[in-house]
Amino acid sequence: MKTKEARIYDGVGHLIMTILSLLAIIPIILMVISSVTDNAALLQNGYSFFPKKWSLFAYEWVFKSNSSVVMRAYGMSFLLTAVGVTSSLIITTLLAYGLSKKGIPFRGLLTFLVFFTMLFNGGLVPTYINYTNVFHVKDTFAGLLVPGLLMNAFNVLLMKSYFVTGVPDEILEAAYIDGAGEFKTLYSVALPMAKPIIATIGMFVGIAYWNDWNNGYIYLVKHTDLYSIQNLLNRLMQNIQALSQNASNLTNANQGLAQIPTATVRMAMATLGILPVVVIYPFIQKNFVKGITLGGVKG
Amino acid sequence: MMLPGFLYLFINNYMPLPGLVIAFKQYNARKGIFGSNWIGFKNFEYLFKTSDAFVITRNTILYNLAFIVVNTVMAVLVAVILSELNGKRKKVYQSVILLPNLISTVIIGYLVFSFFSVENGFVNNSILPAFGLKPVDWYSEPKYWPFIIIFVSAWKSVGYNCIVYLATILGFDRAYYESALVDGANRWKQFKYITLPLLKPTIIMLTLMAIGRIFYSDFGLFYQVPMNQGALYSTTNTIDTYVYRGLLQLGNISMSAAAGLYQSVIGFILVLGANMLVRKVDKDSALI
Repeated sequence: MKTKEARIYDGVGHLIMTILSLLAIIPIILMVISSVTDNAALLQNGYSFFPKKWSLFAYEWVFKSNSSVVMRAYGMSFLLTAVGVTSSLIITTLLAYGLSKKGIPFRGLLTFLVFFTMLFNGGLVPTYINYTNVFHVKDTFAGLLVPGLLMNAFNVLLMKSYFVTGVPDEILEAAYIDGAGEFKTLYSVALPMAKPIIATIGMFVGIAYWNDWNNGYIYLVKHTDLYSIQNLLNRLMQNIQALSQNASNLTNANQGLAQIPTATVRMAMATLGILPVVVIYPFIQKNFVKGITLGGVKG
Repeated sequence: MMLPGFLYLFINNYMPLPGLVIAFKQYNARKGIFGSNWIGFKNFEYLFKTSDAFVITRNTILYNLAFIVVNTVMAVLVAVILSELNGKRKKVYQSVILLPNLISTVIIGYLVFSFFSVENGFVNNSILPAFGLKPVDWYSEPKYWPFIIIFVSAWKSVGYNCIVYLATILGFDRAYYESALVDGANRWKQFKYITLPLLKPTIIMLTLMAIGRIFYSDFGLFYQVPMNQGALYSTTNTIDTYVYRGLLQLGNISMSAAAGLYQSVIGFILVLGANMLVRKVDKDSALI
């Protein structure tokens, strides 16, 4: 039996959380609704939750008349995320597993070399010059894949501490005695036990790759068919911006408007950009919460 | 076995480090980093002579302080409320407020644009007229942007930040609350005398960590959300966006590198300082 006081507190709590949840989701709803609004109605009345006229034109535009550009970007996003997560997990796991072994020489020094990258970095300018002048990643798929995102020290250390605490030495030793080599032990003994941490890190890395626009923006200059969906959206945003900066020149602005996709098309593409994340979200949410807690507590 | 990982760290993190000398050089693309002429601290001199250095440092620090205060208060509040509620709706709230965290900043830029676009924005077309106010030219009025950016940052990160607090609260010994209940403490008193004091070490620790990162800013947030509008630089330019523009838009590579080195060095000192303080609060949580 709840007291009257408890009911009031619960009521206020639910009220606050309902308001916050609505605030969190309303901009996303506005985006989805504007993607199915008639473009003329949107330009006339502005973005609205109750558009005067509905239309599926934006999605028709994306899927029929201009499917090649958008679909290629979409495919690029999936490819990038898949390749990124796979390679990231492989090198992160190998490094973390190695560092977790007590017997390896210079273990402390090696761990510090990983850790130091969290404390100090060269920053954008030297990194950019390194990648463009030494490795020539400009306008290549590697430019999207490699810089910054492939592996980070935080994930390595997180996984290493999982191996240390979650995979007992005795089990590994038992595998050695049975004649398994290092890779065999890692693959058939340590990995199955480390599934939760691998899922967590894979998901963090996957979201980072899916949402990345920065690498494409910096390293893709001419090769626009390598654009991921985020890069395409970013490019379209730049176009609006170029328009608004030249707004004084009206004829120019009108010409520009004819070339770039309409406001509703942009919103449809943004909606499609979020869609995979929203679809996968219910499945990953538990891991996500666990991952943040783990990361937050271990720091 | 560890080779690929170290190779990557070498390429991505260690190889650029010697390139930091560029901050002390007059960069000439033809001569390369090491062939360019030394000019000592001239780049820094130029940087600190302009008002840029002051504006970007002030913006970076003030925004981060605002984020620390607003986001911590919101996160603790949400975590406390969520910890008191039960049932299915609790999970729904948690899922929904975490969702904005998974959206890319490009798309967040689109969302903000749909609200603040001058001609078609929701605010100018639906909200302001309802109160009889005139439309505002949002993307050329710097004074509104601190509020917009702080709001967007809270919108994006509260769901994420509250999780650690929530996990901490759920770990507290229920016996404290039961004995408080026996003594007749209401929920407010329980919050004030039990939850908050127990949560204090976590709050302090996370805040100190955030202070260690105070010289860095979320590049996407400050670049995409105000859409890189020149008119807004006075309140939206931070060290990260300044370095970016210097490198890729203005071609001012040496000055940009100077700003980047300034950020890395002070950032390094702050991380170490914050870490020392974390050690004092809770030894297990410190980085080193």
